[in-house]
Amino acid sequence: MDWINVILQGVLVGGLYAMFAAGLSLIFGVMRLVNIAHGDLIVLAAYLALVVTETLGIGPLASLIVVVPLMALIGYALQRFVLNRTLGDDLLPPLLVTFGLSVIIQNGLLTLFTADSRKLQAGDIEVATIRLVDGVNIGALPLLQFVVAIAVIAALQFVFYRTALGRAFRATADDPAVAQLMGLDNRHVFALAKALSLAVVAIAGVFLAVRANFDPTIGPARLIFGFEAVIIGGLGSLWGTLAGGLILGVAQAIGAYLDPGWQILAGHLAFLVVLAVRPEGLFPKVRT
Amino acid sequence: MPEAPLLAVRALDAFYGDIQALFGVAMEVAAGEAVAVIGANGAGKSALLKSIAGLIRVRPDAVVFDGAPIGGLPAHAVAARGIALVPEGRALFASLSVEENLLIGGQLGRPGPWSLPRIFEMFPVLAERRQMPSTALSGGQQQMVAIGRALMSNPKLLLCDEISLGLAPIVVRDIYARLPAILEVGVAVVLVEQDIVQALKVAQRVYCLQEGRVALAGAASDLTREQIAAAYFGV
Amino acid sequence: MSVRVVFASHSSRVGMALCALVLVALATAPFWGGRDDLLLLSQIYAYVALASLWNLLAGYAGLVSVGQQAYVGLGGYLLFALSIFAGISPLWAIPLAGIIAAGVAVPVAMLVFRLRGHYFAIGTWIVAEVFRLLASQVSLLGGGSGTSLPASIFIAIAPTRQLRDFTIYWIALALVVAVLGFIVLLLRSRYGLALKAIRDSELAAICNGVDVKRTKFMVYIVTAFGTAMVGALIFLQKLRISPDAAFSVNDWTAFVIFITVIGGIGRIEGPIVGTIVFFVLRQTLADLGTLYLLMLGAVAIVVMLAAPKGIWGLIVERFGWQVFPLERRVVLDDRGAARE
Repeated sequence: MDWINVILQGVLVGGLYAMFAAGLSLIFGVMRLVNIAHGDLIVLAAYLALVVTETLGIGPLASLIVVVPLMALIGYALQRFVLNRTLGDDLLPPLLVTFGLSVIIQNGLLTLFTADSRKLQAGDIEVATIRLVDGVNIGALPLLQFVVAIAVIAALQFVFYRTALGRAFRATADDPAVAQLMGLDNRHVFALAKALSLAVVAIAGVFLAVRANFDPTIGPARLIFGFEAVIIGGLGSLWGTLAGGLILGVAQAIGAYLDPGWQILAGHLAFLVVLAVRPEGLFPKVRT
Repeated sequence: MPEAPLLAVRALDAFYGDIQALFGVAMEVAAGEAVAVIGANGAGKSALLKSIAGLIRVRPDAVVFDGAPIGGLPAHAVAARGIALVPEGRALFASLSVEENLLIGGQLGRPGPWSLPRIFEMFPVLAERRQMPSTALSGGQQQMVAIGRALMSNPKLLLCDEISLGLAPIVVRDIYARLPAILEVGVAVVLVEQDIVQALKVAQRVYCLQEGRVALAGAASDLTREQIAAAYFGV
Repeated sequence: MSVRVVFASHSSRVGMALCALVLVALATAPFWGGRDDLLLLSQIYAYVALASLWNLLAGYAGLVSVGQQAYVGLGGYLLFALSIFAGISPLWAIPLAGIIAAGVAVPVAMLVFRLRGHYFAIGTWIVAEVFRLLASQVSLLGGGSGTSLPASIFIAIAPTRQLRDFTIYWIALALVVAVLGFIVLLLRSRYGLALKAIRDSELAAICNGVDVKRTKFMVYIVTAFGTAMVGALIFLQKLRISPDAAFSVNDWTAFVIFITVIGGIGRIEGPIVGTIVFFVLRQTLADLGTLYLLMLGAVAIVVMLAAPKGIWGLIVERFGWQVFPLERRVVLDDRGAARE
């Protein structure tokens, strides 16, 4: 029974990791860019939610109504005015600029909020549990997060494969020059992709804030978890990213069960094993 | 009183990086007209189309379309004005199906006679393959998708960059057979071709480029084969 | 008619002469400087070395690593382990730590090279995190809170405190000179030509017969070797090590990257210029704490967008100077010099 609980916990947190990863996956798919500040943006969303809940007096889940559009707007502006200028064949500019961004966000948050740990209170749902079978309980909140994660990934799939916007994303990713001939302004398309990515980040950030303590420095770890989920799952496939997140979550849960100090290490080891044995990931989408 | 041409290219200089591809090229296309641009490899034909389409930045008044200078505009803005380019080598979007390639051509939502059903009517073989990835089609079928994609934007001017390239003669004839229907609707067409025979069958006027300059220009019916060969090869 | 490749230019002769003078001044620093000066200079040398090595990896071999702190920390921990448990004198432990780290770098490279570009960068970061987590599991070396270097080991370096300070200072100076010297020699050799080719166009390099994979691999191993030695020396001087300090992204990667970007990537003078700027800023702005880091991040972004070649890159473009004789010019002996 113990093992079932462990796996279940891992699966549920894996949903959160999949959300961290989904934003990364999207951006890399559309623009071949990895935002090193991705994790810090998740933390930024968490702090935004903190400010919104405190000033407006609403609950964290309700704060999504403000935080999601706000982060999307930040994403659009960030891409349009800063990150678009780093795109090109050279690898260094986007990497270094997003690295600088990571430092700025972390230290900006430190200056504004200090290094104190915070947490958002979601009320009763935090302690509610649901009993599946005898001896197997899952928390209502983790279950909600998991369901939302799946919904987010399904929504992203829908946008990508069934809407004009998704067509624009895929076409621009395939061939930015010819996409222009279709009347698509690359700068605008990339910025929209970033906005969508940060909307997902916003959801992930709010759930992170409710689930655990957060402080300005935990960003890089979230980036790493998201990244590991993407690699384990395989590039180019959103459902693969979900699978990667789940596997990472379970690996960490098993590690934690064996020894609390091994939790994160177990995740890294799972990543390294996949990298060694099947570097293209477990469910890669092969692009023709 | 002669109408102003739909497209007027004047004293166009175009560069690929530091290399000059076009020297003072001049050309005119009237609405609903078919014009052929011929020339050997490297003569600058593609550069000419890319300059018109906005993929190469040139002096604003070097290209005047519908009365407005468009030379400095980025490609997506030029497309919005009603110029569609069928790029060399088809350049279909590999991640998109046949239908999606056509739909994205209509992204701009410009009003006009062209629509998905109409394209499928013109190219029935595409209707059968609408959900297939675009890369799974034969060369000729891909060319049809590329042309259909360009038409979906309801352009006033269609630029075709070597649509016969790499295709069997019978396939080329099949594709060229559709051009009169396109012209009938009032779309002006510029055909860049190495296959002179096909191009001259459809075009009313022809320009011949040689090493980035216009070596010959005139009505297709007026020019002799000797004149064309001389301009083409520069002998 | 014969053909020679000439490296020196007028400005590089001037530059090398200046370097020689500076070197003499620095070597004699123990005699004109106080203890604090020596400490500061040692820190500067460490950063010049780390930045130059990162520059070799990223600016020349195109391997942008955000995980070099793995080897800084590994070098530090190896020094502590070798001197505490194997009884090896710390001075010998430094090169030994480098060699062992190079050995560790081999399987790491084989794993991490499966990733490309941005993904490679994050992969290197993950490796560093794994090292950090493993280090905090090693209770013999203090686990998560770290350990201090026993006084007996440190005292054994030299009889007096002054002599100990001097010895460590000279080793730091020797190490940075060795690192720079090695890089210069490497770039002048045919491996250097291969690296320049890779930097300019990997595809063209492959087509011209350059074994790109092997060259990158060698550069990664060698950089790990140098970085670990610098790390060993840094922590020898600090006398204390802990996983967070040893594998700190901020200290050993963020600062190094900023130094190299601001100074000028892909040029050997860049890290030197960058380190000077960095320390000037640090001395004047240190009180600002997090605000200082924020500004550093902002400056790096602005430099990357507006002047991607860094300060030295701008100087080269404007004046064509070079301090180190590295630019190849082909000289045709019968007809005089022809620029490459």
